[in-house]
Amino acid sequence: MLQKLLQHIGEYKKDTIITPILVIFEVVMEIIIPLLMAKIVDVGLANGDMNYVVKVGGAMLLAAFLALYFGIAAGKTAAKASTGYSKNIRKAMYDQIQTFSFSNIDKFSTSGLVTRLTTDVTNVQNAYQMCIRVLVRAPIMLIMSLVMSFYINAKIALIFLVAIIFLGTILYFIMTRAHTYFRQVFHKYDDLNASVQETLTGIRVVKAYVREDYEINKFHNASTSVYKGFVSAEKILLLNTPSMQFTIYACNLLISWFGAHLILNSSMKTGELMSLFTYTSSILMSLMLVSMVFVMVVMSKASVERIYEVLDEESNLKNTETPIFEVPNGSIEFKNVDFSYGKDKNKLVLEKINIKINEGETIGIIGGTGSAKSSLVQLIPRLYDATSGTVEVGGINVKEYDMDTLRNEVSMVLQKNVLFSGTIKENLRWGNKYATDEEIIKACEQAQANEFIETFPDGYDTYIEQGGTNVSGGQKQRLCIARALLKKPKILIFDDSTSAVDTKTDANIRKALREGIPNTTKIIIAQRISSIEDADKIIVIHDGKINGFGTHHELLETNVIYQEVYESQMKGVGREDE
Amino acid sequence: MNKKTLNKDSMQVLKRLLVYIFKGYKLRCFGVVIFIAISSLANVVGTIFIKNLIDNYIAPYLNQGQVDFLPLLKAIIVMASIYLLGVFSTFMYSRIMIVVSQGTLKRFRDDMFAHMETLPISYFDTHPHGEIMSLYTNDTDTLRQMISQSIPQLLSSIITIISVFISMIVLSIPLTILAIIMIIVMLYVGRFIGGKSAVNFKKQQEALGKINGYIEEMMEGQKVVKVFCYEEEAKQKFAKLNEALFESANNANKYANIIMPVMGNLGYINYVLTALIGASLAIYGVGGFTIGGLAAFLQLTRIFNQPVSQVSQQLNSIIMALAGAERLFTLLDEKPEVDEGYVTLVNVTESDKGELTEVKERTGIWAFKHPHSDGTVTYTKLLGDVVFDKVDFGYTDEKIVLHDIELYAKPGQKIAFVGSTGAGKTTITNLINRFYDIQDGKIRYDGININKIKKDDLRRSLGIVLQDTHLFTGTVADNIRYGKLEATDEEVYAAAKLANADQFIKHLPDGYNTMLTSDGANLSQGQRQLLAIARAAIANPPVLILDEATSSIDTRTEALVQEGMDKLMEGRTVFVIAHRLSTIKNSDVIMVLERGRIIERGNHDTLIKQRGKYYQLYTGGLELE
Repeated sequence: MLQKLLQHIGEYKKDTIITPILVIFEVVMEIIIPLLMAKIVDVGLANGDMNYVVKVGGAMLLAAFLALYFGIAAGKTAAKASTGYSKNIRKAMYDQIQTFSFSNIDKFSTSGLVTRLTTDVTNVQNAYQMCIRVLVRAPIMLIMSLVMSFYINAKIALIFLVAIIFLGTILYFIMTRAHTYFRQVFHKYDDLNASVQETLTGIRVVKAYVREDYEINKFHNASTSVYKGFVSAEKILLLNTPSMQFTIYACNLLISWFGAHLILNSSMKTGELMSLFTYTSSILMSLMLVSMVFVMVVMSKASVERIYEVLDEESNLKNTETPIFEVPNGSIEFKNVDFSYGKDKNKLVLEKINIKINEGETIGIIGGTGSAKSSLVQLIPRLYDATSGTVEVGGINVKEYDMDTLRNEVSMVLQKNVLFSGTIKENLRWGNKYATDEEIIKACEQAQANEFIETFPDGYDTYIEQGGTNVSGGQKQRLCIARALLKKPKILIFDDSTSAVDTKTDANIRKALREGIPNTTKIIIAQRISSIEDADKIIVIHDGKINGFGTHHELLETNVIYQEVYESQMKGVGREDE
Repeated sequence: MNKKTLNKDSMQVLKRLLVYIFKGYKLRCFGVVIFIAISSLANVVGTIFIKNLIDNYIAPYLNQGQVDFLPLLKAIIVMASIYLLGVFSTFMYSRIMIVVSQGTLKRFRDDMFAHMETLPISYFDTHPHGEIMSLYTNDTDTLRQMISQSIPQLLSSIITIISVFISMIVLSIPLTILAIIMIIVMLYVGRFIGGKSAVNFKKQQEALGKINGYIEEMMEGQKVVKVFCYEEEAKQKFAKLNEALFESANNANKYANIIMPVMGNLGYINYVLTALIGASLAIYGVGGFTIGGLAAFLQLTRIFNQPVSQVSQQLNSIIMALAGAERLFTLLDEKPEVDEGYVTLVNVTESDKGELTEVKERTGIWAFKHPHSDGTVTYTKLLGDVVFDKVDFGYTDEKIVLHDIELYAKPGQKIAFVGSTGAGKTTITNLINRFYDIQDGKIRYDGININKIKKDDLRRSLGIVLQDTHLFTGTVADNIRYGKLEATDEEVYAAAKLANADQFIKHLPDGYNTMLTSDGANLSQGQRQLLAIARAAIANPPVLILDEATSSIDTRTEALVQEGMDKLMEGRTVFVIAHRLSTIKNSDVIMVLERGRIIERGNHDTLIKQRGKYYQLYTGGLELE
C-alpha cells in the first residue's frame, strides 16, 4: 500500500525529502536554545561575566533566527510537497477514470467519484503534510530533549521516562477509544445530512402534505442522536488536556524536589534546573502531537482506500496488441451473443442473439423496459464486451479494432444524454473538433435543430448551462443528434433519442437522414411505433431474446407483442372517434 | 492591512453568537469562565513557584552544610494542591464545554431545520440546494471547531495573558516593557501572515469549487465522453483546473504552515532578548532583580508567548467560523411563510336537511369553519369548487408571467392545461395551494377566498402528484402513509391497489416493508410514480393536482400509471398539467396556455374543430412539453 502511495509523489520528491531535513535543523536549533540559556545563568550570571552573557546571548539569537529560517523553509516545502502530491493523485485518478469502460463507470456513483477526487484527496494531503512535518518533528524533538536532559542529569531525566510511559498509555487508550466512537458518530452525521438533502429535494411534497412538523420531529430525533454520539465521543477525548497537564505538573514538582536536593548537593546547577523545566513541556507536547498525528493518519486510511478503489479499477476493455485502424463498412452481425453485466452466466441480459444488418439499412428496435434494447446496441461500439459469442462490424470482430477508431465510426446517441456547459457550437464540436460552420449548420438542419437555434438571440453561440437546463428536452435531444451526425459515422445508433420530440419533427429527422446519409447504417430504438414503422427491418426484443425480426407489416401479422404495442398506441387515437 | 480581519459586522455576529450560546446554557457558561480562570491561574502560580523555589529554597542554602528540606516539602505540597485544583478545573471546563458546544450546535441545527420548514417555496426555488446543504455541513462544522476549541482557548489565553502580565509587572518593569513591544510585533506579524493565509484559503475554496463542478459535470456525462472518444480533451481541461487548484492550495498551505514557526521563533527571540537584558539587570543588580526573578520571568515569557501565538492562529479560524455563523443567522432570519388565514378545515356530520355540525372524530366529511367579525360561525361543506378570477401572477412584481387567468372548476370536473415549455402550466398549480401568492385577482375555493383559509388546512384538502416523484427514506408503506400518517395497514394496501402499485410492491424483496433509500433509487421511474399516486390516494383529497411526468416510461407501465391516475381522479376536481395529449382528451375543459395567457379553452372536440393551437399540437405539428 505504502509503495503504491509513494509512486505519485513524482516531481515533488525533492520537496518531500528536503522538508524533514529542514525540520530536523529547526528542531536542533530549538533544542540548543534552552541549553545556551542554562549557560547564561550558570556561567555568565554566576560569575557576573557580562561579556559571556552577551556572547552566549548572541549565539542564542543566531540559533533563533536560524530556527526561524528553517521553520519557514520547511513550511514552504511541506506545502509544495503535499499539495503537489495531492495534485498528482487527483490527476492519476481522473486519468484512470478516463480509461474506464461503461461497466467500470456503472460501479461508481457520480457523487462518490466527486468526493473521492476532492474530500478524500484533501484528507490524504493533510495527513501527508503532517507526516513529513509533525511526524518528523515531534519524535525528534522528544528524543533530543530526552537526550539533553539525560546529559544534564541522568537521575532526574528518569522522571521523564516514567512520565512518557504514563502519558503514552493514557493517550493510546484515549485515541483508540475515541477513534471508534468518532467513526460511529460521523456515520450518524452523514445520515443526518442525507435527511436534510432529502427534505430539500422533496420540499414540495412536504409542504403539499403539510408534513412540516412530521419532518421537524424526524430531524429532531436524528439530531439528538448525533448530539449524544458527539458528547460521548468527546467525553473520552476531553481527558487529553487534563492528563497532559497532570503529567507536566507532576514532573515540575518532582523536578523541583529532586532538583533542589541535587543543586544543594552540588551535583547540578540552577540554570540546568531551568532547562529541565523547558524540556518537560517539549517532551510531553511532542508525545501528544505524535498521538494526534497518528489518529489523523489512521483516519485518512479510509480515504486512501477509497482513492485506491478508483486507481486499482482496471478497465476491462483493452485494445488488442495489433488493433485495426480502419472500419471497412457499416454492416453489423451478432453471432450467438450472450451478455450479462456482471459476466454472470446465470444472469444473462441478452441470450443467443443472432442478427445480420447490412450497410445502409435502417433498423428499428422495440421492446418493453428491461428488455435489454440498450444493452444490445451498446455492444456495437464495444461499450461493453459480449459475454460469449461475437459482434462484428464490417465483417471484423469489434474486439480487433482500435477502440477510438471503432467508436468514431459507430456514433451513438445515448438514452441518458448530456450536454456540457459551453456554447452550442462547442458542444457540437464534440462530434468533430475541426468541423466548419457549414458542416455544423448542415448537421443541425438534418437533426431539425437549426430552426430553433436560430431563434436564440446568440444563435450557435448560445451558452448551454450545466446539464443543458436552459433548453427543452426535445431541443436537447436534437442537439445531441446533431452532435452525433458531425462524426460522419458509418453506423448511427439512436437509443430512444427522439422521445421528447414531436412526431412530425421526428419524421422529418428520419427523412433527412434517409436522404442525407443513405449509406450509413441506422439503428433506432423507440417507444413509439410511428418512429420505426418505416424502417427496413424491425427487431422486437422481449426478455433479452429476439422475439421478432421483420418489416412493420410482417410483424403486424406474425408478432403478438408487436401487435399489442401497436394496438395500445393506436387506442389513444381511436378514442377520438367515439 | 487586509480586509479579512475582524470588522464591525463580524463583531456583531460574534456578539449574537455568544448571546445564542449563552441563552441555552447560562449557568454552564458561568461555570466555564470560572473553571478556565482557575485553570489558567494555577498555571501562572506554578511559574511563580519556580522563582520561589530558586530564590527561597535553593539560593539561601547554597554552599551551606546544613539544609532543611521541610519548608520546601511544605511548599511543594501547597503547590501540588494548587496544581490538582488546576487539573480538576481543566477537566471540568472541558466537560461542560462539550455539552455547551454540542448542545449549541444541536440547537442551531434544530432551529435551522425547523425554521427552514416554515419558509415559503420561493426560498427553495431561489437558493441552490447545494448552498443550503453547505449550511448544515461546512458552516456548522467550522462553527463546531470554533465553539469547542477557539472560544475556550481564547478565553484561557486572555486570562493567562492578564495574569502573566500582572506577575511580570511585579517582577520587573523594564522587562515587561520589552515583553509588550515584542507582543505587539508578534500580533502584527501574526495578523499579516494570517491575513495572507485567509486570502489564499478563499482562493483555494474557489478553485476547489470550480474543479468540483467540473468533475461533477464530467462524471455525469462520462458515458458521452466515452462515446465521443473525448478522453484526451477531458484530461487536458482537468489538468488545467488541477494546476490552478495546486497553485492556490500551495499558497494557502504555505502561509498556514509558516505561522507556527514564525510565532514560535519570535517567541524565542523574545526569550533571548529577555535573557540578555535580564542578565545584565541581575548582574548589575538593578532594582533588586535576582537570578530567581530572571528564571521566573523567563518562564513567564514562555507562557506569554503561547497564548499570543495561539490567539493569532485562532483568529483565522474564528473569522472563518463567523462568516459561517453569519450565513446560519441569515437562514434563521429569513421571513417564514405568512399565514393570515382564519378559516379552518373541520370534520362535520351532515343532517338530512344538509345542516353541518362540527365534530371531533373523523367523519370523512369536511367543512370550512368560517368565523365572522360579528362573532357568528358558518360552515361551508368542502366540495372542491375552484374559481380563478382575473388572476395575475409573477415571481417578482416586475415580471408578470400569468395574465388574466379565468377558470371555473365545478366539483368533480377535470381541467387540463396544455402548452409548450414556459407557458405557465406548472405555475398555475403553484397558486392553488399557495406555494406562491398571486399579484392580482382572486382565487376562490368553495366560494372562500383562499387567502382567508389557513394554509395548512388548504393544502390538506388538495392532493398533489408532482412531475418529479420524490420519495423518502423509509419503507414503501411509510412512503404511502406520508399522505395520511394515521392510516392503518389496510388503508395502505387499499391505496396501493387503487394506484395499481400493489402488484409491483408485492414483488419487492420485502413487499410493503422494503426499505427505500436515496429518493427511491432502487425503483423504476414508473414504479415511483405509482407510489406517488398511492400516496395521494390515501390522503383522499377532494381536489387533485396532477403534474404529469415528462420522462419516458415504457408503454406497459405507462398504461398502469394512467389507469391508476384515472381511478384516483374519479369523483374529484382535478387539474392536470399534460405533457401527453392522449391522457387529457376526456377532460371537461382543456386550457391551452401560451406565454402566460389562456389562448384557447373548451373540450377536446370543440378545440379540434377550432383548428387552432390545440389542433396543431394534437396533430403533431407543434412540440409539446
